[in-house]
Amino acid sequence: MATNEAVDQHTLPPNPEKATLEGRNKYLGFWFFLGGETVLFASLFGTYLGLRNSTAGGPGGADLFHLDLVFIMTMILLTSSLTSVFAIINMRRNNYKGLLMWMWATVLLGLTFLGFEVYEFYEYYHQGLGFTTSAFASSFYTLVGTHGAHVTFGVLWIITLLVRYRKTGLTLTNAPKFYTAVLYWHFIDVVWVFIFTVVYLLGIGG
Amino acid sequence: MSNAKAQPKSVLWDWLTTVDHKKIGIMYMVAGLFFFALGGLEAILMRIQLMFPEFSFLGYQTYNEVLTMHGTTMIFLAAMPLLFGFMNFIVPLQIGARDVAFPFLNSLGFWLFLFGGLLLNVSWFTGGAPDAAWTAYVPLSSDSPGHGVDYYVLGLQVSGAGTLIGGINFLVTIINMRAPGMSMMRMPLFTWSTFVTSMLILFAFPALTIGLLLLMLDRIFGGAFFDVAAGGNVVIWQHLFWIFGHPEVYILILPAFGMFSEIIATFAKKRLFGYSAMVFATLIIGFLGFMVWAHHMFTVGMGPVANAIFAVATMAIAVPTGIKIFNWLLTLWGGRIKFTVANLFALAFIPSFTMGGVTGVMLATSAANYQFHDTYFVVAHFHYVIIGGVVFGIFAGMFYWWPKMFGYRLDETLGKIFFWLFLIGFHLTFFVQHFLGLMGMPRRVASFLDGQGLNEMNLISTIGAFMMGVAFIILVITLIVSRKNTDNVDDPWDGRTLEWATPSPVPEYNFAQTPLVRELDALWHEKYEGDGKMKAAEPLDDIHMPNGSILPIFISLGLTVASFGLIYSTHVITVIGLLITFGAMFVRSIKEDHGYHIPVSEIKRGKGER
Repeated sequence: MATNEAVDQHTLPPNPEKATLEGRNKYLGFWFFLGGETVLFASLFGTYLGLRNSTAGGPGGADLFHLDLVFIMTMILLTSSLTSVFAIINMRRNNYKGLLMWMWATVLLGLTFLGFEVYEFYEYYHQGLGFTTSAFASSFYTLVGTHGAHVTFGVLWIITLLVRYRKTGLTLTNAPKFYTAVLYWHFIDVVWVFIFTVVYLLGIGG
Repeated sequence: MSNAKAQPKSVLWDWLTTVDHKKIGIMYMVAGLFFFALGGLEAILMRIQLMFPEFSFLGYQTYNEVLTMHGTTMIFLAAMPLLFGFMNFIVPLQIGARDVAFPFLNSLGFWLFLFGGLLLNVSWFTGGAPDAAWTAYVPLSSDSPGHGVDYYVLGLQVSGAGTLIGGINFLVTIINMRAPGMSMMRMPLFTWSTFVTSMLILFAFPALTIGLLLLMLDRIFGGAFFDVAAGGNVVIWQHLFWIFGHPEVYILILPAFGMFSEIIATFAKKRLFGYSAMVFATLIIGFLGFMVWAHHMFTVGMGPVANAIFAVATMAIAVPTGIKIFNWLLTLWGGRIKFTVANLFALAFIPSFTMGGVTGVMLATSAANYQFHDTYFVVAHFHYVIIGGVVFGIFAGMFYWWPKMFGYRLDETLGKIFFWLFLIGFHLTFFVQHFLGLMGMPRRVASFLDGQGLNEMNLISTIGAFMMGVAFIILVITLIVSRKNTDNVDDPWDGRTLEWATPSPVPEYNFAQTPLVRELDALWHEKYEGDGKMKAAEPLDDIHMPNGSILPIFISLGLTVASFGLIYSTHVITVIGLLITFGAMFVRSIKEDHGYHIPVSEIKRGKGER
């Protein structure tokens, strides 16, 4: 079980994240976890779709949403997925510095996205959409807020990894950890694409 | 690096920090039996209240609380943990694995379940348990005064997280950790049913998570999901609850099916009839389990098209289930049947469960459902399937696997007394409830009126419940007095599957050498085609083991503290609780832990003792 030994250029297997049994377990277990997360978000989307017109006299999506703002947010998050892909490409090439750098870029983009989201919620609140205003408000904040909570968790997770492993180099222990964190990050992005469509585009246009 | 030997530990510390799937399995069993006794006591209290018309034993409010806690306890805190106990202990052995895929998460799953269960029951002492039934329909639950339903929402949330973690662990264990030669189509049926059950857990529990989240947001943070005046919709709760709740009944019954398959094959001394048909039937039941949740909502007003679709989908489940019943019967056909207690429960299961299945098809007829809905007919139906299926399965599994798990055989004579008393008590209690229901007695109501022809059958039902209570006491006595039966515990039933190839008690590394699997019913094959021992798939070598950890308790404790903060809207405490949880998670993620190795010399000594 040489899982904690740093691997040099010559012995690094082509897929370090799946080279050990522990890595394979993490990899597979994480895909299952994402399966569960899919149901979690599907339930929230279903709830939102059921309640999205129940504004009870309060403001609705068409009154509040600004497509330009949400479009910028979407671009930021999609770019962060791209930077995390670069991170994994660097991992495959055993360029640890590159991996760390692109992961930090991902963190920065994630934080920027969160900043926009806080601003967005703050704006809506001041335009009369509190969490308790209507069933629409509750379901909107819960769906988008749960996504935001996932982004926050993902950022904290990646920062923990970056700090913990800043000096160790790529090992068979941390390769699966970076890999699953990136999987999680892609998942968050995919969920956002659905939010962009179902909540914002449908809210403004439909 | 990690060649350090395990530190000697005190017994208590060992159990609190263990990541050994066998010890976790035993802890699930003990906790499950405790909650089973509690849920049974609640059932007896209800039956005393309903013994006579307009009886005043429990107040109406207390009755509602006892009713709610009986259902919640039995499903979440008794049946599932008992099944999880077997899965944890048996499945890694059956697939020839040294360990589960995620030992740490496995322990976390157990402690989350236990803390969630305790949290639910704390409500008894803090001003009233939840009172909106285990289904917690809104607005009954959203408007329920006091904190009872808050305990329900948070207790189940914590406990449910543990279940989800356990499910993922089993899935990965079964896919990645099988011994060489153990192809999917050589897996014992109990492992197969654990696999499908874990799939169901994975896709069903997140819907409950969201349902509970929405209810919590409504009750504690003033959300408007179920507040009709603010545009909310109460039917959303029913959909979310049953998208979880219907698969849940298959989460309970499929492992029991798996156990019966093992037990019937062992005690009929025959290979299971139609193995591949059994596997596919299990998969189909698992799939259809997700397609039928709305049959709990026929009277909501979904319209005839939706009702018809869900009715037909529901009835379709009878087909794979019927395949299984016939396969069990054909396994018995021509077998040399041994009537051990384990097998008696398996044999009694077949007719009892079939009766429950038949009333299930009746209930699935959506037109007739308008008549049956919310009467004792429904109560009779689901107790026939859950007791006649799941509980019989748990008892059969206990008598079957007890020697492997605890190192002693349960007394057969006492066991038979227990079996007959429980069987008769069960049918006495619930058979008459079909007729009570058809005569219009509503469920969930604390009393009934005199002179409506309901008196005698209610009395009979209560007598049956008492018989089951006495039977349970005999079971507990059996568990205690059987401790001297420690001879012949390695393979007492002439077993067919890999768990019987290990010594009892099982060493912490399970198999000194990973076994090589050459056939379905691996051990049986070696007994008849080989030399009676499993072939080794690897040379004897040091074995890598994970270290124990106390962190799962801290993670669970933090969530429990946070739950109290939420229940009493004291958000400082919520934050403290979450800090404990995330702090423990942080410690876990920055601390590198490579476990330890058991040296060959020690393994050889372990083999010599046998």
